[in-house]
Amino acid sequence: MPTDDATDLIELTREICRKDLAPRVDDAERARTFPEETFRTLGRAGLLSLPYPEEFGGADQPYEVYLQVVEEIASVWMSVAVGVSVHSLTAYPIASFGTPEQKEALLPGMLSGEQLGAYCLSEPLAGSDIASMTTRATRTDDGWSLKGTKAWISHAGHADYYTTFARTSDDGGRGLSTFVVPGHAEGLSFADPEKKMGLHCDPVAQVMFDQVRIDEGRLVGHEGEGMHIALSALDAGRLGIAAAATGLAQAALDRASEYASEREQFDRRIGDFQGLAFLLADMEAAVTSARATYLHAARLKDAGRGYSKEAAVAKLVATDAAMRVTTDAVQVLGGAGYTEDFPLERYMREAKVTQIFEGTNQIQRLVISRHLLTR
Amino acid sequence: MNIVVCVKYVPDAQAERTFNASDNTTDRDNVDGLLSELDEYAVEEALKIVEAGEGEVTVLTVGPAQAADAIKKALQMGAHKGVHVDDDAIHGSDAVATSLVLAEAIKKIGNEAPVDLVVTGMASTDGTMGVVPTMLAERLGLPAVTFASELTIDGGAGGTATIHRDGDASTQTITATLPALVSVTDQINEPRYPSFKGIMAAKKKPVEKWALADLGIDPSQVGLDAAWTKVEAFAARPPRSQGEIVPDEGDGGRKLAAFLTEHKFV
Ligand SMILES: Cc1cc2nc3c(=O)[nH]c(=O)nc-3n(C[C@H](O)[C@H](O)[C@H](O)COP(=O)(O)OP(=O)(O)OC[C@H]3O[C@@H](n4cnc5c(N)ncnc54)[C@H](O)[C@@H]3O)c2cc1C
Repeated sequence: MPTDDATDLIELTREICRKDLAPRVDDAERARTFPEETFRTLGRAGLLSLPYPEEFGGADQPYEVYLQVVEEIASVWMSVAVGVSVHSLTAYPIASFGTPEQKEALLPGMLSGEQLGAYCLSEPLAGSDIASMTTRATRTDDGWSLKGTKAWISHAGHADYYTTFARTSDDGGRGLSTFVVPGHAEGLSFADPEKKMGLHCDPVAQVMFDQVRIDEGRLVGHEGEGMHIALSALDAGRLGIAAAATGLAQAALDRASEYASEREQFDRRIGDFQGLAFLLADMEAAVTSARATYLHAARLKDAGRGYSKEAAVAKLVATDAAMRVTTDAVQVLGGAGYTEDFPLERYMREAKVTQIFEGTNQIQRLVISRHLLTR
Repeated sequence: MNIVVCVKYVPDAQAERTFNASDNTTDRDNVDGLLSELDEYAVEEALKIVEAGEGEVTVLTVGPAQAADAIKKALQMGAHKGVHVDDDAIHGSDAVATSLVLAEAIKKIGNEAPVDLVVTGMASTDGTMGVVPTMLAERLGLPAVTFASELTIDGGAGGTATIHRDGDASTQTITATLPALVSVTDQINEPRYPSFKGIMAAKKKPVEKWALADLGIDPSQVGLDAAWTKVEAFAARPPRSQGEIVPDEGDGGRKLAAFLTEHKFV
């Protein structure tokens, strides 16, 4: 930890995780409820605005520290950690590209801990290929009118605002712009939540924009700058997912190590069989390297250096690690790992999505290789 | 409204707790400590009172150097300042001596501005005797309204404190004139978590450190030697023995009932 403040912050996070999240997570994931109260608790404690400037209500924490908070939360409740990461992502465009007036007007609310944001980028027909999106924003007398359908939107229907990307001209990737749409805007509606494999407390649904009118002041950055903003935000957002995946993998490893230390077969602890001990060692190596890659990228970001490639590496390494470690953790517990009596099967289901969202791991490889090849 | 909250630094109940082999006192060195969870309710209640009106919350602890963490936590939650009484001679003090130190510290705090209310938890999570609040009230000559599950202050500093005390069969409503001492139960509120801003702010809040000499207490009045009781020996609780299996040969119900009556469960 770089500072005493950061150490205190992690301690606070652990306390909230232990007292508030841990007792709720199993039932909530089973019931598939959105943990609104938990987000309020995190917000009041100041954990929803860590990497943003103090003058707008943030805590001015370096990414390196913010991400470790996300990792801590993920080790207890993955859905909530993903929610924290997504929320952070939603404030990114304004914080990085907004005018001083926009920051003044919008950031304090976003960072107050009272509001939750959603990030509307993907569409049914435009997933990895963002530039092919069709949601359109047209100029009106005093602002913009949005029409189209976004897909896979976390916090859909629960968010207070929607950071939304839409087409403002037909010029492919250069024709996208970024908007902040209030949650109560007229014409905004939501489909039923998707029935997902896991991450049940992260409600994901389509968001429909039917001539949603917003003020001029809600265009973030320049017209046509949307693709650049989206990619820049995703660089940061990916680190959140990498950190969450690391926390999830750590939790799985911890459960597996405990079990392997106690369960006996053939008159020995199963952990004393080299076949299993080495599995645990490989899991530890995977978790540790996942953490190292996201911290490396975060430190570059905190130093104001380029970190896009490193963020993609971190997302790739950490989420693949999470998939492998959670799968192996189920293996360590044997039949017990396959039941809902232990959280391992849930961890495994939750790990899968980290290889898919915020850019699939194929897309991460695309980003990484583009950095390697000379033009 | 000047409120003093007495808090205790206790060994973490989630960790392995033990005693010092040399003098049979609680081992506070080899286990992580924290602000007694039962005292968090007292801090929260005091904060609610000043937030609803005006005033200042001073947290007071008597304990070794590490006990500063208990004060820190209360300051992070929002208390305004701290007083830490730390003196080697206090080691091993019993409840009687602890209440003496607390009382003298509160009198000294009151020299600056009169103390209108003293709030404590209902017991510590390590000693769990729950007698200090009453002893303290007696020493300060304050009305003791203990085990509050609800607390209402009327009329500010010169007014009254009204509490609910929940019994098995009834709830008592008790009113005392201020200044008074109130001990609160874990039913009274939901203690807040510190916020990150609170954590940052706490670093700048004043904490006074006092020794016995600052309070005019003679070291012979406190500590292990002055204690009215002494731990002669300690032993780990024996592991639970296996339960009794009652084979049902048609009279299982009767045997079960006999077992329960024998052990005074019914
Ligand atoms: C639980 C969940 C939450 C989500 N939350 C949000 C959210 O809050 N906001 C938001 O905007 N989106 C969100 N998403 C959407 C997510 O980002 C997309 O699912 C993801 O970007 C992939 O898009 P797609 O599903 O359309 O897959 P596709 O793009 O159709 O990809 C299908 C397959 O083709 C591969 N593929 C595609 N292009 C290439 C290529 N060029 N080279 C090699 N392989 C390729 C992919 O890797 C993948 O394996 C969420 C998704 C999920 C599942």
